[in-house]
Amino acid sequence: MDYATLLQVLDSTVRLATPLLLACLAGLFSERAGIFDIGLEGKMLMAAMLSAAVAYVSGSVWLGLLAGIGASLLLAALHGLASITFRGNQLISGVAINFLAAGLSVLIAQDWFSQGGRTPSLTGGARFEPITLPFADALAGVPVVGPIYQQLISGHTLPVYLAFLCVPLTWWVLYRTRFGLRLRAVGENPAAVDTAGISVVGLRYAAVMICGLLCGIAGAYLATALQAGFIKDMTAGRGYIALAALIFAKWRPWYALGACLLFGFLQAIALRFQSIDLGGITIPVQVMDALPYILTVVILAGFVGRAIPPRAGGEPYVKER
Amino acid sequence: MGKMPNWADAVLVPVISLLLAAILSALVILAIGEDPLAALQLMVKGALGSSYGWGYTLYYTTNFIFTGLAVAVAFHARLFNIGGEGQAMLGGLGVALACLYIPWPHWALALVGATATAALLGAAWTLLPAYLQARRGSHIVITTIMFNFIASALLNYLLVNVMRPKGSMDPATAKFAEATHLPTLHDMLAPLGIAFSKSAPANISLVIAVLACGAVWVLIWRTRLGYEIRAFGHSEPAAHYAGINATRITVATMLISGGLAGMMAINTTMGEAERLVLNSVEGAGFIGIAVALMGRSHPAGVLLAALLFGFLYQGGAELALWTNIPRELIVVIQALVILFTGALDNMVRMPLERLFTPRKPSIKKG
Repeated sequence: MDYATLLQVLDSTVRLATPLLLACLAGLFSERAGIFDIGLEGKMLMAAMLSAAVAYVSGSVWLGLLAGIGASLLLAALHGLASITFRGNQLISGVAINFLAAGLSVLIAQDWFSQGGRTPSLTGGARFEPITLPFADALAGVPVVGPIYQQLISGHTLPVYLAFLCVPLTWWVLYRTRFGLRLRAVGENPAAVDTAGISVVGLRYAAVMICGLLCGIAGAYLATALQAGFIKDMTAGRGYIALAALIFAKWRPWYALGACLLFGFLQAIALRFQSIDLGGITIPVQVMDALPYILTVVILAGFVGRAIPPRAGGEPYVKER
Repeated sequence: MGKMPNWADAVLVPVISLLLAAILSALVILAIGEDPLAALQLMVKGALGSSYGWGYTLYYTTNFIFTGLAVAVAFHARLFNIGGEGQAMLGGLGVALACLYIPWPHWALALVGATATAALLGAAWTLLPAYLQARRGSHIVITTIMFNFIASALLNYLLVNVMRPKGSMDPATAKFAEATHLPTLHDMLAPLGIAFSKSAPANISLVIAVLACGAVWVLIWRTRLGYEIRAFGHSEPAAHYAGINATRITVATMLISGGLAGMMAINTTMGEAERLVLNSVEGAGFIGIAVALMGRSHPAGVLLAALLFGFLYQGGAELALWTNIPRELIVVIQALVILFTGALDNMVRMPLERLFTPRKPSIKKG
């Protein structure tokens, strides 16, 4: 692999890691507050559909983004209703949301556009355009560093930069604000938070809605930046890979960035090479597809440091009387 | 909160949940601009109006019985096996290995052998998740989801690179030998003088599925292991004090669960396709979740819920054929059933419990 190819692969790593990162941070907020969320996939899918549909009709990617976030927030509210208000099983609620999105997204797209459950292709202002950072072209000639700046760092769409900014932001919110302290506490010991006179329900709803917001951006990015329009099942398991990344990162924001970049890199490799030759041994592309999941199982098995989830995760909180 | 009579818990709660799901689905159909009543009529006619329709309905039902039982058995130990999809894929591999590489003299022997290999590989696929849950505390939901994807990649690799016959472009195995072809309901009912559609795929696996329902009932309520599974599900510390080994129960329950999910493959791979194709499970593993939730994890309930979903599946295919309603409507209905019977169970249950609790003057604590 020469330098130019490597840069291309890394460039596509960044683009493929973006939806994973947004969804992973979304799951991080929710699970740190004690609400398991396996409905990341569904929220992204619904957001992808609605953002593409609205962006096509209005011609504005911004309206599309808003619509996608709205769709994702609705599903997040449903998850909150089921798992916080009615104290239902959070995992089952997540499964239901994934199916609801898988069905409704195609149903609505088919009803509105009659193109076999996809939205028409987006062009022009209906998509996020790549942003060229200052001096990108001027510095391109600088050896080694120039191409990195021009190809790898510059020239991505807005949600990519937003996703990477979300990492320090998430860290800051979780570890440096009062809200973040309470949010982490509610995921470990909700009774203590309740005793302190802070609403467990309110905090958990806030976390679930932040999760909805980030999933909405991730879905909109898929349909309006990474690709030009919505197609059936376009999330293709990304919500589950994000979940895997979240475990891989042991529910911490900076590690989440690393895990998502790693999994994005695997996707980029699988996309570019059909099989990889390593001195006589050929690795089939399916190994690349399965690697994120295998790595997560290895992490879960505790061979490479133990992944301990938030203690109150998955447990509905019943207020003492 | 008061207690409801048993019949209300077993019948009323699922029926009301189903009604809610049906009302919402009708609204969805209305929003598409079709008539929900006409759609229902079309579904009933398409799925139950002919022996051809019944043949497909029962074919799907067979799949959903197996996957529903798989989820239900795990639910009794309070384990959520979301990996039925992957286990059924591995079951398909087991069927294919048995049918391709062993020269069976008769379909009955082949059926026994293939059922065994399907159950074996399906069960094997749960071994690691079960062990990790029991010994390492890693959540079984996450590991079984991961194993679904690993199974899909594995099958993809095997069918594209290893098991595909030379010269074939299709990622599928060769056709199974004639001797392994299972009798369809047409073949089985013809000697009795009952005419049944020749082209419908329902086959003898249906009988095995119904037998499996009975076997699961015996297992859960009439054996020592079943008692231990239920005790473990009700209270893990209590089971621990009673001397029940948590690791043993977790692994045993998941092996049974995975085996049942794997057995689904005798219906799809051996009974219908007669070769292993890439997407042979088609989401049936996930429908098992809805089926088990609706059937309240009881084999009789699973049987009825599987029949309902079989009807929805075949009816939905007819809808997609004759109207503007896409097949995905069934996915929406499935989601609503999971939502109401699973996640929003308390929303239905709380008002009902209030209804059944006799009004008493409230006693204020001092």
